[in-house]
Formats: sequence, structure tokens, C-alpha cells
Amino acid sequence: MVAARLYEPRGLSRSGQDAGHLLLAFAGLLVIWSVAQTAVSGLHDVHAALAFGALIAFGELLRLNLPGDREAAPIATAGALAYALLLPVGGHPARPWVSQVIAVTAIAMIVGALPHLAVGRPARLTAMSARLVAVSCVAAAFRPIANAGLLGSRWWTQLPVMLGLIVVAWLLESALTALIRTNELRTRFTVALLDELRVQWPIAAATGASALLIAFAVEVMGLAAVAVFAAPLLVTQVALRRYAGIRATYLQTVRTLARVTEIGGYVETGHSARVSRLSVAIGRELGMPEATLLELEYAALMHDIGQLSLRDPVPGGATVLVARDEQRRIAEYGAEVIQQARVLDSVADIVRRQSDPCRPADRSQPPPLSSRIIRAANAYDDLVGSSADISRAAEAVARLRLDTACEYDPRVVDALGLLVLGA
Amino acid sequence: MGKLSRIGWLYIGAVIAAAVIVLAAGSYSALNWSQIGILGLLLIACESSATLVSARGLAWSANTMAVLAAVVLCGPLGAAIVSCGTLFGIRRGPSATQRLFNTGMYVLSAYLAGRAYLAAGGKVGVPAPSDFPGLIGPFAVAAVVHVAVNFLLITTVCWLASDPGGGAGRLGIDSKVWLTDLGYGAFGVLIAALWSVLGPFTAVLVLIPVFVARWAVAQFAAQQRAYESTVSALCQAVETKDFYTRGHSERVSRGAVMIASEIGMRPERVGAIRYAGMLHDVGKMGVPTSVLQKRSSLTDDEYAAVQLHPMRGLDMVREIGFLDEALAGIMHHHERIDGRGYPMGLAGDEIPEFARVLAVADAFDAMTSDRSYRGARPVPEAIAELRKWAGKQFDPAFVDAFVSAIERDGWTAPEAAPAQEPLRTIESL
Repeated sequence: MVAARLYEPRGLSRSGQDAGHLLLAFAGLLVIWSVAQTAVSGLHDVHAALAFGALIAFGELLRLNLPGDREAAPIATAGALAYALLLPVGGHPARPWVSQVIAVTAIAMIVGALPHLAVGRPARLTAMSARLVAVSCVAAAFRPIANAGLLGSRWWTQLPVMLGLIVVAWLLESALTALIRTNELRTRFTVALLDELRVQWPIAAATGASALLIAFAVEVMGLAAVAVFAAPLLVTQVALRRYAGIRATYLQTVRTLARVTEIGGYVETGHSARVSRLSVAIGRELGMPEATLLELEYAALMHDIGQLSLRDPVPGGATVLVARDEQRRIAEYGAEVIQQARVLDSVADIVRRQSDPCRPADRSQPPPLSSRIIRAANAYDDLVGSSADISRAAEAVARLRLDTACEYDPRVVDALGLLVLGA
Repeated sequence: MGKLSRIGWLYIGAVIAAAVIVLAAGSYSALNWSQIGILGLLLIACESSATLVSARGLAWSANTMAVLAAVVLCGPLGAAIVSCGTLFGIRRGPSATQRLFNTGMYVLSAYLAGRAYLAAGGKVGVPAPSDFPGLIGPFAVAAVVHVAVNFLLITTVCWLASDPGGGAGRLGIDSKVWLTDLGYGAFGVLIAALWSVLGPFTAVLVLIPVFVARWAVAQFAAQQRAYESTVSALCQAVETKDFYTRGHSERVSRGAVMIASEIGMRPERVGAIRYAGMLHDVGKMGVPTSVLQKRSSLTDDEYAAVQLHPMRGLDMVREIGFLDEALAGIMHHHERIDGRGYPMGLAGDEIPEFARVLAVADAFDAMTSDRSYRGARPVPEAIAELRKWAGKQFDPAFVDAFVSAIERDGWTAPEAAPAQEPLRTIESL
């Protein structure tokens, strides 16, 4: 997300880029090898190759962006998996070699991605590579067994193997994607992997089931099954796209509407956006999962909404300079506003407790981690603003550190220091 | 469904009676009951996971695929029997009458689809590889007939249930639902084809993508609700700046939707105008509170600040992935038909349609609620005022649409504003 770009890791290992490059290089070699091999040995069953190639290209053309800035192409993946798991076609044995499956998939993916490239939306190469590698693994494991006729001809011997391979492919793709994200976003691998599995499993289930259905249907119906299948897959895809679309619009709207405090002169321009970027970066540094990060982002964007209850703006919008009771009242009012939305209760709770000290004097329950993060990020931004001066940043961090005894969470301040000053 | 007239009841009775006749007159000797049973279970699973597709309680389910698979595997009568599963769907919502009607409707459309399949040369039974691709043509005919009969029967009942004068646009289902239905219908032929390979296990595999699609649709609906309530909560927060306008955005949004549906706008555009109504005054955040709450007339500078608010609003919401129309509506909602409005001084048809709709709803709500400089006016007086300025300030067509919508559905004016309640201020600084 945006945070990663603003708070570039300083002086850290470049393993992030390396993992991505390694995957790209591997996928590239795979494509070159498979295309060369297929060119030498010739295409086996051209009709099937064309039909599945068309389905994959079509699916790649309709790729969608899932919540959390992820790319997916369910139709293409289903088509590619079905091709890798191909059983006899219309009663005649089909035995595409591993290299042919990989070559057809890769070329079709590239063809489907070209129109996107033409209108200036290049595909994410690492995501495409992860998809290709997962399909290649299924092909490499399944084709030799199936081509040698070791699978038997009844569905109860075929299905368990196919099902197992599809699950493996899903786990592999998720692990590869998580690895890339770990490095891109500076999050932890286990956190990233769990996020990935959580977001992807409904889509993976639909994709896997569709792949199995296509592979079996082709056995009876011949290649007509590929065309007939495009219809229900398309319907599922449309539903997913609408869901992803409204999620994106939602975040965009909260981002925009959180700016009312800026337009009304209550806070400095860009304050909410900066605090939310910094908060999300800190949260990620501390290993928060994606759902929690999203709540943190909403809360950070709207943390100053309570100031709308003030007749006159606080000078400079710097709530850090306002008395504790007043801060609390503003936070309380902001939480009331957010609570009216009825669906953001935990966000409201984060906003409500954003001005509470990390260790309350009366030993009551400390505020949630998200509130502590927003408190520190907000204080930092009030002190530094949009300035990029490193000595000013160091001063601000030092000042926050002085207060870690009771005001600010030392872990949060450490993470913040790491992000804005480098190690 | 709304209130039914006598003709409506007669119609429902006729549909159910026709279904009973179809079921009673058939010959039950050559039916494969295990297939019918499994497809019936599949249909119940689909029916139980129906999703609401319109505010009027119409639901869509993936029944079509089970019915069409039955058409191929068991023939017209078998498909009709499978359709009876509709009666046993496990979901809240439909009343006993609705359930009976739905079942009758599905029995009829399944039977007719089966007949059409046979007439087009389709063969009943588990298809073999040699039957393809010849079977796909008759199957497509059956799918289209099923969806068409379904559409016809349900449109008629909705038409009979709604008050006279409501056009087809008020039905609240868009054509996409019927396309979706056809798309899922394609699963029918796959179930039939896979029967020879996977047997009943097909039903399990087919249900997975269906449930995922249904999950995505439910998530979409939940997100949409969340989105709406969040936008409205944030708009209310903006309104706290000026307590005279409390609820104004919400009411303008409601009024704009009334006009838009009265003139038969498409559902997507009605949705967009609802947001445009909610957000039309967001730019007022940039106008100092002292100006907004001023009781005396404004100075030139202050008036200039007020005139800027549509542009500021546009600047704010530009980044939201909206229909461009909604943006145009927010920007131009203070234009006048005679060209004397602001910010651009557009006239007549140059003013975007959304802006002309919003202008009527905005002015009407302003008149019927309290302001710092005057009290609220009663609704009839405000209507008279709208009519008086139609053609000068407002588009007469939208004024007429709004007036007839109000006369039919009524209008809830805001409660009188309480005695002057000061905003909170910072004393501690």
C-alpha cells in the first residue's frame, strides 16, 4: 500500500526485491524452456490447446483487483488448472506434455495481459509468475501419472489426486504471494500468509471446483464444455468484481470525507492522510493482520472528526497542544459520529480511546494497541507536520520517547523511530 | 409484494392450479426417482441460499441449474416434480402464499422448458459423449424458455401487486438478474453431462462455485449497507456545523430519489443520485460557521464564500469512484433554468439532469425546514412556491414529478428546531 512507498525501509537488506526477482527469473526460465520444448516436440492436440488457451487469455483479460491490492484472475486460473488436469477429451485420450501445458498457459496469460498493457495498466509480473508457477507444479505432478495411464478410469481414483494437487497449488501460490508481500510491505511472513489464505480461500474454492468440473465435463462433452463453462464462471466473476469494487469505493470515500476537517480549517492539510499512513506502517511493523490494519486505517483517517463539534478550529489543528479533558471530549464526540455508521463500532472504540495514556494512572484497562499507535502517530505529525527535515523528525521522536513512561507505548515509539529515522 | 387486488388473487390461484394440473396429468411410470430426488435436494440447497435482488423482497436463487439439469435427465414431468422442492427451501422471507406461487411458477416454467427441449429435438436421459455438441442447441432453447416464462409470470404478479400507474421501471429488478439466471442455467447441461462420470457427486462440486458467488453477493450487499450508513454518518457530522441544516442532506437525498424514480431513471442512476443528494452540500465545510449561521444579510465577501461551496464540494468528492453524473449534480445544484444561478450560470438543458433534480429537492427541503432567519413553511405553501418558480429557477418537469410523488407518498418534514442550542466551544484554551 501507500505506506510502504512513503516509509521506505532504510538500510535494510534488499531481500525483498531479491525474492521478487528470483520468482520472475524462475518463471521466465520456465516459459523459455516450455516454449522451446513444445516447439521441438510439436503441439499435441491443437484443438484442446487452442480452446484452453482462449479460456485462459479471456480470464486474464478479466483479471480483478481484490481487497488489499491483490490481483487475481479466477477464470484464467480455473482454465489453466483444468488444462493441467485434463482427462480424456470427448472419449479420446488426451496427453499434453508438462511443457505444453506450461507453454500454453504462459502464452495465453501474456496474450490476455496485452490489452491491459495497451491501455496503461501493466499486469503485476510477480502475481502472474506466482500463478504460472502454481499451475506448472500441478502439471509437473499430474501429467506424467495421467499420461502413463496410472490414474485408473473411475472418478474415485482420479478425484482425490486432482483435489490434493489443487490444494497444493493454492497453498503454493499463497506462499509465493505472501513472500513477495512480506518484502514489499515489510510485514511478517506468517502474518502475510494467513492474510493471503483468509482473503483467497473463497475464490480458491470456486476456482478449484470449476477446474475439476471442466476437466470432467470435457471428458463427456468434448471441448464444448470449455465454452459452456465460461457462462457461470463469468457470473461468479461479476459478483466478485462488484464486491471488490465497493470495498475500494468505501475506503476512498472514508479517505475523502475524512478531509472535511482539513477543508473546514480544523487541521492542517494532509494531516489525516499522513497520520493514517504512518499508523498503518507502525501497525504493520508490529505484525498486525490485514483486517486489524484496515480498522486502524479507518480510525486514523477519522481520528480528528470529533473536532467538527468545535465552533472554532484549534490553532493549527494540533490536538497535542490541547488540554487532556478537551482531547478526550473531541475523541468521544468523534467516536459518537463513527458509531452512527453502525458498522464501524471497533473503529469508534479506537477513536474514543486515542487520547488515553498508554498506562492509565488509575490502572484501568489500557487503550487498544491501535489507539496507542494513532496517539503516537498523531503527536508525531503535530510536531513535525509535512516537513521532511530529519533533525526535526529526530527531535520529535526524542520528545515522544521522554514520555514513554506513561503517555506513549514504548514499542510503538520504537517502531515509529525505526520507520522515520531508519535503524 | 404489495397489497393484492382480486384479480391478483385470481391470477395466483390460476398459476397454482395450472401447476397442479401439470403434475396430476403426467404419467409417472418411466421416472427415475433417485435422479429426481438428488436434483430436488440440489434445488432445495439453491433455494435456501437465495439472495435478495430488490428492495421489494424479490429474491434470486440458482434454481435454474437444477431444473434445467432435470429437463435433460428426467424430461418435462421430472423437471416439474424437481421444481416442487421450491416449497421446502429453508429461508426466511416468503410467506406461505409466496412459496406456493413460486412453486407453481417454477413447476410451470420447468414443464414448458422441458416441452421446448423435446420440441427442439433434445433427448431425455443421461447424455453420452456422442450426444455432444448436438444437445447444446435444444438445451439453450429450454434455458431461454425457462427464464422467459419465469420472467413473464413474476412480472405479471408484481404488476398486479403494485398500485396502478407504476411502470415497469418500478419493478426494481434489472435485466442483469435474468442474464445471471441464464449464466447459471449453463450449469444445468454440465450437471447432466457429468452425471455419467461423477454421478450424484456432481451436485456437490457444482454447489461450491454457486455458494462462493452467493457469498460475494452477500458481501457486496453488506459492504453497500456499510457504505451507505458511513456516508450518512459522516454527512451528519458535517451538518453539526449548522444545526439548522441537520438532516438536510438525508432529506434532499430522499427527495432526489423520489423525483428520479418518478421519472423512471435506471436503478444505477437512482443509486448515484442518492449519494449525490447526501453529499451535495459537503463543500459548505469550507464556509466559515459564522457566515452559515448569520441572521442578517450577507456582505459581498461572505456571499462569494457561500457561492464557492459547490466547487469545493466537487473538489472533495472528485476522488471518490463515482458516476460522473453525480459529480456534475453536486457542482451545479445551484444553477437556475433561466441562467442566473451559480457557479457557472448555465441555463436550460445545459444544466446536467442530476443538478436540476437536486435543485428542486434542495429548495423544497430548505423551504420546509427552519432556518436561522425564518421558520419552516408548510408543505402546500412550498409546493406552490416550487410551481411559481418552475421554468425560472426549476425544471418544470421535475417539479411536476416531485409534486405528484409527494401527493402520493407524502413528505416527512423535519421537526421544528429546538431553541438556540450553542455549539460546543473550547474554553480551556
